[in-house]
Amino acid sequence: MSDKPILEVRHLSKNFDANGVLKDVSFAMKEGEVIVVVGPSGCGKSTLLRCINGLERPDGGEILLDGQRIDTGADLVQVRRQVGMVFQSYDLFPHMDVLGNLTLGPVQALKRPKPEVEAEAEQALARVGLAEKAKSLPRQLSGGQKQRVALVRAMLMHPRLLLLDEITAALDPEMVREVLNVVLDLAREGMTMLIVTHEMRFAEAVADRVLFLEGGLVLEEAPPKQFFHHPQTERAQQFLNTFEFDAVR
Amino acid sequence: MDMDFIQRFTPMYVKAAGLTLRIGAIGILLSLAVGALCCLARWYRVPVLKQIASAYIELARNTPLLVQLFFLYFGLPKVGVKLSAEACAITGLTFLGGAYMAEALRSGLEAVDRAQTESGMCIGLTPLQNMRFVILPQALATAVPAIGANAIFLIKETSVFSAVALADLMYVAKDLIGMYYKTDEALLMLTVAYLTLLLPVSIAFSLWERRLRYAGFGGSVQGQ
Repeated sequence: MSDKPILEVRHLSKNFDANGVLKDVSFAMKEGEVIVVVGPSGCGKSTLLRCINGLERPDGGEILLDGQRIDTGADLVQVRRQVGMVFQSYDLFPHMDVLGNLTLGPVQALKRPKPEVEAEAEQALARVGLAEKAKSLPRQLSGGQKQRVALVRAMLMHPRLLLLDEITAALDPEMVREVLNVVLDLAREGMTMLIVTHEMRFAEAVADRVLFLEGGLVLEEAPPKQFFHHPQTERAQQFLNTFEFDAVR
Repeated sequence: MDMDFIQRFTPMYVKAAGLTLRIGAIGILLSLAVGALCCLARWYRVPVLKQIASAYIELARNTPLLVQLFFLYFGLPKVGVKLSAEACAITGLTFLGGAYMAEALRSGLEAVDRAQTESGMCIGLTPLQNMRFVILPQALATAVPAIGANAIFLIKETSVFSAVALADLMYVAKDLIGMYYKTDEALLMLTVAYLTLLLPVSIAFSLWERRLRYAGFGGSVQGQ
């Protein structure tokens, strides 16, 4: 883990977006660090992630990747080759088999030789327990399997940074686990990740730091133990309480 | 029913069917090319080209093919452009078909989930690569039924060409009726000829459509 920030976000703002607005968001993350962003829906979590890889154009502030501005809208294709993103809805390409989904980016965008990429893709599939699914079509997979393929697809680009936008929100509970295990493995391998999730136990386990976003502002930034057990702001306390239940009898 | 008559003139129908099919096939292919260009000009909002494409589509879709053909066959020679009847027919068919194909392709493009485009962007594809590998294959799958309907429509529209003295199926039928007054036989043969041409086309498109649906995309079946 080097001390140089891999990603810096300075006073980021974005008005009028369907996924929520950002007012003034600043933070930095180091290589190998895992930051989890939590907060009520509509607080701007997804907008933040989408701004970082240029799917949304910020209205103000700066985003730097390895010290370079990436928020100017110039060379977004290059930015996205370094910043991977996985969505809630998997969004695999339905007309290609799993292997086709995995190799498209590396072969077309990175111009790597296809046999080499295919070999790597098959290894990666095996690691997430999907070795026998290489020739399957996305519709033949369960939600959890699709999301694992989507993670592998993003990882095969060897991104500097991976953005995960509520990747388990559409999954049944037992499938959530198989997907989160993959993310935990990535964290152990030192992948730099910015994760939006509603899985609080997972957040606590995987995060190096937690950002609590509310109303487009970072209300709290703390290590997971502190945030989840001793939140400093009243708003964070309220938010965390929504995940607790009192016994009925 | 005069069987001798039918037997005697069947070769004429076969020959005319060949012409109808040839003009139809060329016209359909050119229509697809013109349609794709117009559709992409509008999709990518290319300045000027976009407006031209829109104007052309409205003009072609809102005037009858017969009027378009008369313009080509009788109008253009007045300004010094003389097209053969066949060139006229192919141009006219392409003019009409291009607009319909453009709309079919547009509906296909619009049916592709925005998230698919974003997914392609997120693995670093250039816009062109994204169009070619991610969007277009899915758009085409959705557009196949409409393209098929257009293809059949265009082959049928070739019947209008008899008006510009092209010896297509319709022309042969009208000719025979004029010469021999064998209206029933001539029209029966005409119907059979069109059915023989179009049923295979229709079946081929249905099969193609079904194959795409089984492949899990296109049509109304699940997108993912």
